Amino acid sequence: MTPMDFLQLVRGPLFDIALTIFIFGVLLRLFEIIILDRKRDLSEARGGEFIAGSKTIFRRFKPDREKLQHSPVPTILGYIFHLGFFICLLFFIPHIELIHSALGVSWPGLPNFLVDVVALITMGALVGLFLYRLTNPLLRFLSSFQDYFLLVVVFLTLATGYIAFHHIIEPYPLALGLHLLSVELLLVIFPFTKLMHTFTVFLGRYYNGAMAGRRGVQS
Amino acid sequence: MSTTSLQRGLEAWKEEMDAPLAAFFSSCVHCGICAEACLFYTETGDPKYTPIHKLEPLRRFWHQEFTLFGRLLKMVGLSKEITDAELAAWEPLVYDSCTLCGRCSQACPMGNDITYMIRKMREGFAASGHVPPGMVGAAGRAVRIGSPMGVKLSALQAQIGHIEQESGLKIPVDVQGADYMALLSSMEIMNFPEYLEALARIFEQAGVSWTLCSEAFEATNSGVQVGSKDIARELLQRVVDGAEKLGVKCVISPECGHAYYALRWEGPNLIGRTYTFQVLHILELLDQLRGEGRLKVEGQFEELLTFHDPCQIVRKGGVLAEPRNLLALISDNYVEMPDSREFNWCCGGGGGVSSNERAEALRLKVFARKKRQLDATQAETLVTACANCRLMLEEGLEEYGMELPVTGLTEMIAEKLASSSAEGRGERTEER
Repeated sequence: MTPMDFLQLVRGPLFDIALTIFIFGVLLRLFEIIILDRKRDLSEARGGEFIAGSKTIFRRFKPDREKLQHSPVPTILGYIFHLGFFICLLFFIPHIELIHSALGVSWPGLPNFLVDVVALITMGALVGLFLYRLTNPLLRFLSSFQDYFLLVVVFLTLATGYIAFHHIIEPYPLALGLHLLSVELLLVIFPFTKLMHTFTVFLGRYYNGAMAGRRGVQS
Repeated sequence: MSTTSLQRGLEAWKEEMDAPLAAFFSSCVHCGICAEACLFYTETGDPKYTPIHKLEPLRRFWHQEFTLFGRLLKMVGLSKEITDAELAAWEPLVYDSCTLCGRCSQACPMGNDITYMIRKMREGFAASGHVPPGMVGAAGRAVRIGSPMGVKLSALQAQIGHIEQESGLKIPVDVQGADYMALLSSMEIMNFPEYLEALARIFEQAGVSWTLCSEAFEATNSGVQVGSKDIARELLQRVVDGAEKLGVKCVISPECGHAYYALRWEGPNLIGRTYTFQVLHILELLDQLRGEGRLKVEGQFEELLTFHDPCQIVRKGGVLAEPRNLLALISDNYVEMPDSREFNWCCGGGGGVSSNERAEALRLKVFARKKRQLDATQAETLVTACANCRLMLEEGLEEYGMELPVTGLTEMIAEKLASSSAEGRGERTEER
């Protein structure tokens, strides 16, 4: 198999398979949750559910004193990693072009050198999170294989992207193919791992906020 | 609890499963932030006290039974089955080291309401027979005798007699058609009868039509703490029957956190219908009276006051502004604790921990968290609105050699009432 064949494979059928597993997997997981529903609360409400629930979705994006003071490392590195990852994913011009060719929508990107810096910082944050998980007694106790594995997979998507862009591995089709392969790995495992929090965080926060709001508490 | 079994426990979990629980389990990324929000972790440094970790058996159950992937893993024998021995080993984490205080639910960046999850988890533990003996005893006494502390009507009648004789006030019992029916906690009847006297004083001055009910005076609900809906329902039904028999418009929850939460928020769901009466916490009613100009006080407390927010009343109950409004009425020398209101630290004895003798050493150890919080305020009197918190605070303060009087907010209001029958109150204040 030539590097070009490899690229054709991962760009074509493998990508389609991965994307299908991702989409149907995520839909299935969300369905599995929502179908369970919740019992109607018969107590007399003190406040509304919808506004309080929606507010909680946004409020918990904000860093608060509690988290910064007591869990500074995972909080700060967590913010850097999430922001950095989404900047690289959504504002790197080749990514935007790919999305444009597939979906027909487009938006302005960031200069490559800026994405480059962000990618490096993000990878640094991931390494930091990995080491923190490994060395902090609390996190080490809580962590399963999956917790480490997912950090590695996410790191690989960034690292292979960086490598391909800078032509660190030649030939280019091989490097780009490896990048796509790592993305496909991420997509395939996504629905079956805690990566699902990307979506379920909205559900969870809403339920928490709605249930508290009903009792007159903003959570 | 003779008919308990693992099978029944798992069935109870199945019954409890809902979308919030599934969403919460799906969202956890093991960040450890909930640990830092839990006094059992911060004061021991032991990671097993991480709130979300306490739910591990239930998480596995959810994954094995309610996700396709988990079911497949179970079919091919790749998942660990839940055993009776495991639940037995987990019991101290679920009961001894969780006060259902809800602080972790406020802290989780994913929005996981971990206390909601523990509450559901306990249903399975109760149904499978894994409840600490002290809590089983309390729940048994509540069902048989009518009170977790074994307080009978005769004991209440004796207290009523004392109060009426000493104060010259009338404590109405079984008054048909009264507006308000007041409930008490056993702890108030036995340890803090001042509360009942305070009610009588305040209601007399404000002209509130009220009564006690001889068939339903106990407000606490051990069933909710144990995690047994059957027991919770039975205890709650007594209050509902009493209130409906007397035809009252409103039932007043006493200064007791879990009683309020059980009555106000769980009650209608336990009995499967809405109430025919309203439920108010005593602080809500006092604040209403204040707003209507019916609560007249004179004089203020001189010493520096601080307020301990009872978890079930404030963070989980939604009674946040009322205690502040009332304190402002009787003091302008008041200081908030660091981390107050929704982020207050628990007294350490909620969620049934106070009736779980096995947990006592741990409870007193983690009181160090409360101690630091109190030390930071430099307060001279600690005010609260929950008899259980009050007793736990007193025990904790004693353990740490701290001299800080603890009192209930309702009593403090009663002490400063601007009424004609002010005589004699000064003496009682001195005694305290």
